[in-house]
Amino acid sequence: MMVTTCSFGKFGLVKKILQVKIALFIPCYIDQFYPDVAKATYFLLKKLGLSVDVPSGQTCCGQPMANSGYNHLSASCNKHFTGIFQGYDFIVSPSASCVLHIREHLSSDNYPDQAESIRKQTFELTEFMTDILKVDQLNARFPHRVGIHQGCHGLRGLHLAGMSETMLPPFSKPEQLLHLVSGIEICYPERIDECCGFGGSFCVFEEAVSVSMGESRISEHEKNQVEFITSNDMSCLMHLEGILKRKKSPVRVKHIAEILNQE
Amino acid sequence: MNHAEKAERFIADKQRTAWHDETLWFIRSKRDTAAQKLPEWEQLRNWASDIKAHTLSRLDVYLEEFERNAIANGIIVHWAKDGEEHNQIIEKILKDNQCKRLVKSKSMLTEECHLNAHLKTVGIEVIDTDLGERIVQLRDEPPSHIVLPAIHLKKKDVSDVFTEKLGATPGNEDPEYLTRLARKSLREEFLQSEVAITGVNFAIAETGGIVICTNEGNADMGVNNARVHIACMGIEKLLPKKEHLGVFIRLLTRSATGQPITIYTSHYRKPKPGKEMHLVIVDNGRTRQLASDDFRSSLKCIRCAACFNTCPVYRRSGGHSYDAVVAGPIGSILSPNYDPKKHADLPFASTLCGSCSNVCPVKIDIHDQLWKWRQTLTQQGYTPASKTLMMRVMAFMLGHRGAYAIAGKIGRWTLRQFPQLIRNRWNPWYRQREMPDAPKESFQEWFKKHQKI
Ligand code: SF4
Repeated sequence: MMVTTCSFGKFGLVKKILQVKIALFIPCYIDQFYPDVAKATYFLLKKLGLSVDVPSGQTCCGQPMANSGYNHLSASCNKHFTGIFQGYDFIVSPSASCVLHIREHLSSDNYPDQAESIRKQTFELTEFMTDILKVDQLNARFPHRVGIHQGCHGLRGLHLAGMSETMLPPFSKPEQLLHLVSGIEICYPERIDECCGFGGSFCVFEEAVSVSMGESRISEHEKNQVEFITSNDMSCLMHLEGILKRKKSPVRVKHIAEILNQE
Repeated sequence: MNHAEKAERFIADKQRTAWHDETLWFIRSKRDTAAQKLPEWEQLRNWASDIKAHTLSRLDVYLEEFERNAIANGIIVHWAKDGEEHNQIIEKILKDNQCKRLVKSKSMLTEECHLNAHLKTVGIEVIDTDLGERIVQLRDEPPSHIVLPAIHLKKKDVSDVFTEKLGATPGNEDPEYLTRLARKSLREEFLQSEVAITGVNFAIAETGGIVICTNEGNADMGVNNARVHIACMGIEKLLPKKEHLGVFIRLLTRSATGQPITIYTSHYRKPKPGKEMHLVIVDNGRTRQLASDDFRSSLKCIRCAACFNTCPVYRRSGGHSYDAVVAGPIGSILSPNYDPKKHADLPFASTLCGSCSNVCPVKIDIHDQLWKWRQTLTQQGYTPASKTLMMRVMAFMLGHRGAYAIAGKIGRWTLRQFPQLIRNRWNPWYRQREMPDAPKESFQEWFKKHQKI
């Protein structure tokens, strides 16, 4: 779908007029288990004045195989992905780890050039909003105490925020956006960017360590008395939600798109 | 038993795991504080990485330069292609000197070559003199951490083994008392030992000298009392020039423990008059690693263990769960090079969170190498057939839109209608976590109906 005009930074502040084609990539597990996150992302982008394609028949980026050591089996997945998503200016996705996988590993014997450009054109939702759209106002309200979970692939792979290990100036793209939401109270756990233990197939093959890591994250968020834990990676949240529900914690998880889209 | 099973055992003792995790996290925090004090920290890391990369690119040249200079200094240089040769060289030096008992300061290389075990078979006893190493040696177990070998133990464990082996008062867990006791028994060993073995932190091609960093001064005590000094080093320990040392000395201990420098940073260049100094330079698989584009940079490692301390998996599974001489993230990319079959599980003992690569003072892309080892080991057939089958099914399903849509529908339907098929104790997800809810409609199904929104 060709978008004719789109206003960046709504509410009268038209910064740029572009003719761009934007596709939304909803990773398989979000499509199947968290359709509300996908809807929130879709409506959020619309709220920002964009017209977005959802190419039909999309499945997966191939990460589950690749991170398990079976990248060589992801050829059909890659071919399918590249076929579906070629020809767009931007591909936006609400999952940092999938975006990282695409950027680092997408390749296709059938469409090598297309794969190459898709790698460069795929953006994680919050970086798309801050770096490309330069959103500085948002009509959103979420009057709750929210703990930020910084997913590792978004953080250390996509550099969505400053990392605790490196001695570089701090910043955070997700936090920058959350600050535009009225009524929200943001807090970080004590270990500000420790991994939650999801790790793809790690979460089942190394179940004991995985759950122990998740429990640590949760207990730090609970200490902060948060009502919600948010992240730009739903896979981390799925894992944390599983533990929270098992221990019947009142804390809930919410993908960042759901918060940014809440009015 | 693989890493996951050993880790599960370790975690079963929740209190100890929490303590292990917190202790190592505390060290990671000390490292952060030390690094924050140097505005040039990231620049130092870049330099260190570049110097090591350059040295590895010309390792043959620098090794020969180093050997020439070391020999000119009066050091006797030996070359060992593997651990066995390394052990035989040392055995011969010891036999030539009629040595039956000797002191050794920390050297991960001698652990790698299983020197102590080898010498034991020929009737020679090695006394480890680093306090942590001595403790694990008395317990007859390997170190669990390359900088803090006994970090898996608590005061009580140390008290117990000292009671049994050094005659400590049963139940006295006072660290000062226990340390004094160890010190006393080690002093005797130092005084009696004719030979001292040490590791090497850095070897300088330009000078033919070596540098050893310890906090306890045990390397110096051994070397200065003994008549014969044997230093063992891997071929990757080289630095081209003396002037490069400053970069590494500043990074090493800050990364390791948060100290600005080790208490003792000792430079050895030649034997004292009337004494002997030997250097054993070992390959043991390193040239294989050097030849690999994917894994070469793992040889930049200066063994600071920052990657251990930051690793959330290591902190919660303990060093012994890795069943490797070097545990932790770096061990997980070094070990498969030695024995891919035995260590095939290690590159999978990670979430690929990347914290290791971020703390590494020489900027090794550890988590990327973990990913690459996963691919290599899988393609070499070292992963279980059941996993391969599962992945094949998954790859098919995710590569074909029709199969994906049907599988998704069936999966969600099953989860709603027959939850027990999925919510059972054979499902490792479900053991300690609830399954996500299974919505009636996937996003794509919903979108098809509401395209016009
Ligand atoms: S890999 Fe890096 S962080 Fe880990 S021990 Fe080696 S030098 Fe230190």
